[in-house]
Amino acid sequence: MLGKTAGGLYWMFRYLERAENTARLIEAGFRIALTRSDDAEAEWKSVIVTLASNTKYKTKRKSYDSTQVVDFLLRDETNSGSVLSMVKAARNNARLTRTALTSEVWYAVNDTWMALKDLLKDPIPETELPAVLATIRQQSALVRGALVGTMLRNDMYHFCRLGTALERMDNTARIIDVKYYALLPSPAFVGSKMDNVQWETLLRSVSAHRAFRWAVDDDFAAPAIAKFLVLDGRMPRSLAFCAGEITKNLGHLADNYGERLGSNDQADALQALFKGRDIASIFEEGLHQFVNRVIADTSQLAGQIERDFRFIG
Amino acid sequence: MVKTSAFFDEMLTADGARDPYAKYDAWFAQQNNERLAQKSAEAEAFFMRTGITFNVYGQSDAEERLIPFDLVPRIISDKEWTKLSKGIEQRVYAINAFLHDIYNRQEILRAGIVPTELIANNDAFLPQMMDFTPPGGIYTHIVGTDIVRTGPDDFFVLEDNARTPSGVSYMLENRETMLQMFPELFGSIKVKPVSDYPKNLRRALEASAPSSCEGRPCVVVLTPGIHNSAYYEHSFLADQMGVELVEGHDLKVVDGHIAMRTTRGYKVIDVIYRRVDDEFLDPLTFNPTSMLGVPGIMDVYRAGNITITNAPGTGVADDKAIYSYMPDIIKFYTGERAILKNVETFRCSEPDTLKYVLDNLADLVVKEVHGSGGYGMLVGPAATKKEIADFAIKLKARPSNYIAQPTLALSTVPIFTEAGLAPRHVDLRPFALMSPNGVSITPGGLTRVALAEGSLVVNSSQGGGTKDTWVLED
Repeated sequence: MLGKTAGGLYWMFRYLERAENTARLIEAGFRIALTRSDDAEAEWKSVIVTLASNTKYKTKRKSYDSTQVVDFLLRDETNSGSVLSMVKAARNNARLTRTALTSEVWYAVNDTWMALKDLLKDPIPETELPAVLATIRQQSALVRGALVGTMLRNDMYHFCRLGTALERMDNTARIIDVKYYALLPSPAFVGSKMDNVQWETLLRSVSAHRAFRWAVDDDFAAPAIAKFLVLDGRMPRSLAFCAGEITKNLGHLADNYGERLGSNDQADALQALFKGRDIASIFEEGLHQFVNRVIADTSQLAGQIERDFRFIG
Repeated sequence: MVKTSAFFDEMLTADGARDPYAKYDAWFAQQNNERLAQKSAEAEAFFMRTGITFNVYGQSDAEERLIPFDLVPRIISDKEWTKLSKGIEQRVYAINAFLHDIYNRQEILRAGIVPTELIANNDAFLPQMMDFTPPGGIYTHIVGTDIVRTGPDDFFVLEDNARTPSGVSYMLENRETMLQMFPELFGSIKVKPVSDYPKNLRRALEASAPSSCEGRPCVVVLTPGIHNSAYYEHSFLADQMGVELVEGHDLKVVDGHIAMRTTRGYKVIDVIYRRVDDEFLDPLTFNPTSMLGVPGIMDVYRAGNITITNAPGTGVADDKAIYSYMPDIIKFYTGERAILKNVETFRCSEPDTLKYVLDNLADLVVKEVHGSGGYGMLVGPAATKKEIADFAIKLKARPSNYIAQPTLALSTVPIFTEAGLAPRHVDLRPFALMSPNGVSITPGGLTRVALAEGSLVVNSSQGGGTKDTWVLED
């Protein structure tokens, strides 16, 4: 398999995952804007910061009101991080790797692009926003379903899954990083209006507010939420879960190719950050520091994967 | 149904449908327009979903567009096809012999049959190919011969595409679409299949591998990338053949061979079906700014370690000035008369001929010698006086850059419109494959149709569409 093709599959799924996560963040932000209008601007700004787009945003838009932020994040073609740009990038990668995709996966990606291109051609009025966000999530699920349901479990598949897991790891870490202060077990926050809103937003940003209740059987409380997002191996967007997925898929690749590479060791080291840890010890180390380390290590691992599998010449 | 226009219509005569169309005509009479219109929309959606699109050069938005597909097939009888395919085969052999001669002993020039300056002044002639014979002696592995028709027995070759002819994916996808939309037609009408093309292509490419190659040859398709207008076709062919689709930056020279960068290191390849023009193939030999090719590939090629298909430099055989000598070229190398006729061609480089062309511009079609895609040409009968006057200035400035041909009364085949069947002009591009094992031609080919009423320009970049082409079983 060509290195370029492996890279194309991996990036196709990174872009799709990022587009989906951006839609989730918009959804969480929109909810705050609707229910607590006092907090809306700050919340929208934190969404932009989470997506590492603030520098660019400030050059393009004047304020952090819903309309501006949503437009920038959903359909601004000059913003390479907009959902439209990313779905286009994902689809370009799909065209690039067409010989490695089943027709079902191709159709799902191409349908997604056609649907969103049409849906996002004009500014989205607030009344339409929930439906548009729902379509993005739905299309994303469709692509994932086609992948899981039709692809041969060989290297092609593992590169796709690797892209998803790595991107999700990075996204969840950034979401925690921007709101880490709300997760600190500080007595000052307990019971305040602020923490409840932030906790709920955090959970919604990773579509886990129901899962949290099922899994944790606890009132919203900072350490429990932090533990859930960082360490809970059952939660498909937690850092520990993503680290496991990365290790697993790199392991499959090592089996396929009969050779362990640098990225296998780096992934093991990344996963070891979560093994046998409890949340108290992470707080002791500093949640902010911990999450920053995860972000840095994930980025380093991404570079290693690119080199190990010769994505670029 | 009966015909209504003055041109030869391949389906309808004044007395009803011609023989090859008899069964189709009977079927069509049973259909209702609404259902067909719906089918037509379905076909369009299928092409869009599948991504069978092209990018139009020179358009700023680089949007992908569909080539319109018409659901009325173009039908050719077995007898008509037999003659066509024999004629094409003869031409392909002659072109290949011509290329070998031009790049080696140049006997045809010495015999005075083709003027030396036509080769010497030809941009497509590559001195790097002199005194070299490609693996298996094959230059033109893939040829698309453009054919037009003016009457029941009158077929003319309009152009020999011996570089990187495109369109074969449409031939295959059009059939696939027809099979899905109208399966019942294929039950009652026996149509020769086209689906073997990718398999035959791979075989022809493998059979043309360098003699030093051991084991099953590794074949790849080289594309300029996803922004190329024919990218879909490149990925389709790679996919159908089950080979890798590579770009220049995936390849490099490793130990005297061309190798592709895989996830596990560089792997040697033996045959490149390249869809990159000669000029961009090797920045060390040709255009130094090219990012689309492989630095050093020409050295590997001349050392006999890679097969490039089609061979570099085949363009000398298919420009429109050489075209006018094709009947002589065929005679020279095969000893036979050309089975398929050429269109009468006036070489504007000859002063008397130029005068005749200038005097008769309103009746002629004038084309650039190296042009393609229907650009830079004048269709006299359809042009305004001003367009003709402007063109005359260009023509006088560089006469040798042009040839002229009479306007042909191109045959028509009906297309489906909301108002029912309507005749439109068509051409045909069959695809021939050549390897050391011989020539094989897929029955049918790509029928292009000028969708605007009265138009003679079938190019997809200028409002042309396509049809499925059926060759009937005997």
